[in-house]
Amino acid sequence: MTTLPIAPDVAREPAPSSSPIVRAPSYLGVDTTLRSWLVTTDHKRIGVLFFVALACMLALGGFFALALRLEHLTPERTLMSAHTYNRMFTLHGVIMVWLFMIPSIPSSFGNFLLPMMIGARDVAFPRLNLASFYVYVAGATLVLLSMFASAIDTGWTFYPPYSSSTPTALPLALLGVFIVGFSTIMTGVNFIVTTHTLRDRRIGWMQMPLFVWSVYATSIIQVLATPVLGMVLLLVVANNAFSWGFFDPARGGDPVLYQHLFWFYSHPAVYIMILPGMGVVSEVVSTFARKNPYSYKAIAYSSLGIAFVGFLTWGHHMFVAGMSRFDAGAFGLLSMLVAVFSAIKVFNWTWTLKRGAIRMRTPLLYVFAFLFLFVFGGMTGVAVATTSLDVHWHDTYFVVAHFHFIMVGGTLTAFLAAIHLWFPKVTGKLYSERLGMLSAALVFAGFFVTFFPQFLLGNGGMPRRYFDYPPRFQALHVVSTVGSWVLGAGLVVTLGYLLHALFWGADAGANPWGSRSFEWRTPSPPPKHNFREPPDLELGAYDYTRPLEGEPREPEAAS
Amino acid sequence: MDWLRALLYVPEAASSVADRVDALHVFVITVTMVMATYVFGAAAWFAIRFHRRREGQLTEELRPSRFHEIAIISGLTGTFVLWWVLGYEQYVTMTSPPEGAQTVYLEAKQWMWKFTYDDGRSTNDVLVVPAGKPVKLVMSSRDVIHSFFVPQFRMKQDVVPGRFVTTWFEAKAPGEYAILCAEYCGVSHSRMRGEVVALSPEAYASWRRGDGSGPATTRADCGGGPGSCGDADLVTFGREVAAKRACVACHSFDGQRHVGPTWRGLFGAPRTLAGGKRVVADEAYLTRSMMEPLADVVDGYPPLMPSYQGQLSAAETGALVELIKSLRDAPESPGVALPRLEVRAVTDAGVVPSRGGPSP
Repeated sequence: MTTLPIAPDVAREPAPSSSPIVRAPSYLGVDTTLRSWLVTTDHKRIGVLFFVALACMLALGGFFALALRLEHLTPERTLMSAHTYNRMFTLHGVIMVWLFMIPSIPSSFGNFLLPMMIGARDVAFPRLNLASFYVYVAGATLVLLSMFASAIDTGWTFYPPYSSSTPTALPLALLGVFIVGFSTIMTGVNFIVTTHTLRDRRIGWMQMPLFVWSVYATSIIQVLATPVLGMVLLLVVANNAFSWGFFDPARGGDPVLYQHLFWFYSHPAVYIMILPGMGVVSEVVSTFARKNPYSYKAIAYSSLGIAFVGFLTWGHHMFVAGMSRFDAGAFGLLSMLVAVFSAIKVFNWTWTLKRGAIRMRTPLLYVFAFLFLFVFGGMTGVAVATTSLDVHWHDTYFVVAHFHFIMVGGTLTAFLAAIHLWFPKVTGKLYSERLGMLSAALVFAGFFVTFFPQFLLGNGGMPRRYFDYPPRFQALHVVSTVGSWVLGAGLVVTLGYLLHALFWGADAGANPWGSRSFEWRTPSPPPKHNFREPPDLELGAYDYTRPLEGEPREPEAAS
Repeated sequence: MDWLRALLYVPEAASSVADRVDALHVFVITVTMVMATYVFGAAAWFAIRFHRRREGQLTEELRPSRFHEIAIISGLTGTFVLWWVLGYEQYVTMTSPPEGAQTVYLEAKQWMWKFTYDDGRSTNDVLVVPAGKPVKLVMSSRDVIHSFFVPQFRMKQDVVPGRFVTTWFEAKAPGEYAILCAEYCGVSHSRMRGEVVALSPEAYASWRRGDGSGPATTRADCGGGPGSCGDADLVTFGREVAAKRACVACHSFDGQRHVGPTWRGLFGAPRTLAGGKRVVADEAYLTRSMMEPLADVVDGYPPLMPSYQGQLSAAETGALVELIKSLRDAPESPGVALPRLEVRAVTDAGVVPSRGGPSP
């Protein structure tokens, strides 16, 4: 599978270019009709389609978040009724978790980059890849349609018995999430098969860029865990729509059984959200420090370690749900183990900087933000896994702050780092570095001011999902609301200068960062089938000990 | 310790376990800060020390030493396992009620806490306990999952329908401590609050004797109107609510058909809905019919009733349900029944045999 017909027919046609060299058009220029985008099987275009859809979901979920924060400016009703508030935090969670974070990095950047990073010209199943996009769109549409029925008010966790009796449009939204799950599985299968079968013969498992490892580990979780989610969602739909009573104690069902099934998927799902982000961080750190990863194997294997041990820790969501003491102890101990794998990565990223040649650019600034949020989000995660402490913190704002730090802070900053690292790759254009740094600072500051007070609120005993709250919490809520608007402003600035750069940005050249990773060894934006000729893979993906072809020589002789 | 609590925004430690939990909290936060300082300090130092000096600068290939790897991994594992040991030991204490603890039964429902004591007395939203003595709670829910959370006690336990879950606490000193519901349970989740009132042994003994001097029945405001202060007046309170909210404009107490169905004999009776579905008029049905009247319209009646969502407090809703319960066996002729009913509800201690409740 490795000797690919690199130059396809379309690439041989001379492009309308004034250049004397015959150039193949990039994947953007091959065909520019709308139809060509909508029926494309090019993994790069599918990645871009996913990106646009995901950005819309992020905007919608973010809009809900801002409205929720405004509501909390006063302890009583500010803007909306309690019922509206309940539906809004549910939609915020459902959209952000299932329509943004779970597909975010794998479906957009994974799709765009994974084949290029292993020297392939597409994924193993291009048409399945396109189908996964439309399945995602179909599922997302159902979820959004539920907003026009009566939305859902159960929280994104859909706990029965409440979800069995809620009068809102639960079945519609849950079927939407169920369908989105198929998209996730398709993407996962595609990536696993692609990594195994389409890898260039010269790229061994230990020579792959680390982003591939992280997406590969994510795909394993997606394929193994998502069916459980699908099953449990169908049970909830049957419970709600047909009153089938799987979780109704009056008819022999058990509401706690639901929680086991739900978290069996949804705990590994948090690693679906964060693992690809970890892959992005590994790439950014090496690129901007011009340095090999401190320990490649530790980063690669800890991804797999997280993927496997992550399956055994779901019970730590249920320490106060009435589980046995033995179960609580076992789940507590296993949760500690997952934290060790994550911490190994943190140390590796940090020590990758050592004796590097570091240049502070927007992606690296985002990675520093990531490190900060990930370390505190992770350590507070270990704190809430500490059984007795969890009793107080469970279902309070401490947990809200913790998972926003690690999942949103982690995933969002990694997503933004990925956007800024690969924007030149995807579009061939450069964005304004100054605006990039400014928005990174705004996003980080806004994020910190939004969520740090929520740790304190949780310490104080402020429960989640409270419409009215005790007045003593108001000051911290106001600070948090202010932060959320700074965060929103940072993201709007980002959207603004990226759109500007898309149309009027300076030409980026093939490899503006001087990265060694394999996706840069072809023009930016890449030609339709990624490589016009077999790429030169002699230099490893992290080898900065020798100059890349065409790079300014290390001035040893001159100095 | 108090300044640390203020710094971390942690409320006062009012239960026998709270001080130990707080000590672990502070330990965990301190270790976190030390580790974070190490990592961020290193990152900042590397970023400054090793900035790029020229374009195309090359770097040497660096590998971790075996010692560094082993030190980091075993240090992390050791720290986290230590946290687990300390936390789990406390968790076992927190979930093991001591011998001789006094038992109180808790039934949670949307959106109130109903406490029934071993002498058959019950209170709504106020839990009266002796300070300095362990109290065991046997908890169940009538509808959806709730969670009994007292921040000042550092305790929380989900209250699950169909299960009786046991937990315990010991208030260190007399005082009033907020109860919050911590598991999302519907539209009034954030208003499902109550209070633990811990009394000195003498005051508690006097409250137990029921001479009317106790706090739960004399407090002017315990959250949601007179009905939430004690069990005795719920039915009376329900009549007030029914008049105030104009329920009586459409529903009769004596079996007469009106705009809506009569409340006499309603509770526990099978109902045929428009569309043919059959349900039993239990608490869930009644409260739902108040909040979402059009969801289950009884066959033969027009779908006219407005929703009382957000208008009736939890206590008012509960009072109406209790009123409807009391009318279960009411005679058909109006006027005679009312005094008798009130007597029955006020004095009969066994009148609230909540499912699985105590037998006095």
